[in-house]
Amino acid sequence: MTGTILQIEGVSRVFPGVRGGAPVRALEPTNLQVAQNDFITILGPSGCGKSTLLRIVAGLDRPSDGRVLLNGRAIEGPGADRGMVFQSYTLFPWLTIADNIAYGLREKGMPKAERREIVASYTDKVGLRGFENHYPKQLSGGMQQRTAIARALANDPDILLLDEPFGALDNQTRGLMQELLLGIWERERKTVLFVTHDIEEAIFLASRVVVMSARPGRIKADIPVDLPHPRHYTMKTTPEFSSLKAQLTEEIRAEAMQADGVH
Amino acid sequence: MPRPLEPVSQGTRVALGIAFFVLFFAAWAFATLGGFVSRTFLADPITMVQDGWLLLTRFGFLSDIGVTVWRVVGGFVLAAIVAVPLGIVMGAYKSCEAFLEPFVSFARYLPASAFVPLLILWAGIGEMQKLLVIFIGSVFQIILMVAVAVGNTRRDLVEAAYTLGSKDRGVVRRVLIPANAPEIAEILRLVLGWAWTYVIVAELIGSSSGIGHMIIDSQALLATGQMIFGIIVIGVIGLISDFLFKALNRSLFPWRLA
Repeated sequence: MTGTILQIEGVSRVFPGVRGGAPVRALEPTNLQVAQNDFITILGPSGCGKSTLLRIVAGLDRPSDGRVLLNGRAIEGPGADRGMVFQSYTLFPWLTIADNIAYGLREKGMPKAERREIVASYTDKVGLRGFENHYPKQLSGGMQQRTAIARALANDPDILLLDEPFGALDNQTRGLMQELLLGIWERERKTVLFVTHDIEEAIFLASRVVVMSARPGRIKADIPVDLPHPRHYTMKTTPEFSSLKAQLTEEIRAEAMQADGVH
Repeated sequence: MPRPLEPVSQGTRVALGIAFFVLFFAAWAFATLGGFVSRTFLADPITMVQDGWLLLTRFGFLSDIGVTVWRVVGGFVLAAIVAVPLGIVMGAYKSCEAFLEPFVSFARYLPASAFVPLLILWAGIGEMQKLLVIFIGSVFQIILMVAVAVGNTRRDLVEAAYTLGSKDRGVVRRVLIPANAPEIAEILRLVLGWAWTYVIVAELIGSSSGIGHMIIDSQALLATGQMIFGIIVIGVIGLISDFLFKALNRSLFPWRLA
């Protein structure tokens, strides 16, 4: 249960300058170890390179230096062993909800009968039974993101990467989505790397919060969250939660001010 | 007064659409039957209808229409078969785009009508020449427009496919093509409209059948009623094919309307 599944070793990212401008250092050399079954949230203000780091883990971006190891093997590009949920709605609009969830399985060449079973189970887990034959356009934002989570999980990845998946949702929906995701994690203990700028979200979901600093991004603090599971939304009002929130608010505030040029 | 962008009901929409046709014919009838325009240059609507009836019943105009439709469809289908796959490859692979795009951009400005004399030299005045005019007129347009559409595919959908285990070919087959299929169908509908202009040009020169040939024949006889009837027939066929294309697109891509 304690094995390291993901190792980020000295990963940095420099974006070349636009039109002869100076290159932009988005990410300082960063080290991070992710243990099996851990739920890690990466918390930071906008532009701190947290999404860049996640995209490098996903294989969608390449590090300028350093490397990422998944189960001891270096990551060369994107693959089905790392499931990703994006902030934007990335369901394939021409596929029904069921076909979206089945996409990865079909790419693997899994026969239809087998696919149907897995799709049905994940449709249930994210509470979308009855919507299998709808198109994404017919669903609300929250439902679309639930489908995206189901689509990523159906592939049975080693690790689930989420890039501010609830960022575009309204507050109430976001709360419900957090509970849904946490519920799935408490049952299945899939390793999760979750990027967010929402402090409450970071604490509520995580077993470990990694705080990132503003430009150039680097890891500033690594704070374990020892709140007991299963967690209920009422936990957000407990003193333990509040003191963690106060601590992280201080950390983030300094960074946000720096990022915004306020001193 | 209606507000900008305010929608109108379906009934009003149809009524207004028909009203313009009525107005158009009324103005035409007024100008010609009222004696404001010489009959030599412009036939009145009644003569046009009579001439049209004669053409259809006595002069076998239906077979001319059939020939023209076949030429348009033939040349257009050939162009689509070549251009759509090429456009997809160009849109998907930037090296192919860099290789072909400059030439295709140049070639699409070559006027198809200017090729008619050359094509007569190469292919004679048979069907092949007519098909080639339409082919040349359509193929480069379709290639470029399809390439642009495919090149503009949402990046996040492509990235999502990769993280779900798609390989490069899978991304082309299962993301780029289905994502752009409706737009490709729209492009084909648009270019089919242009193909109609090319076919008439091809038929005006060195042809012994087709709507264009009938129009040029009628010119010799100063039969403006027949000429106008021919032009209106083209318009009506264009309208029908457009309607069919739209209906087909709607049934093929229900997810767009969902």
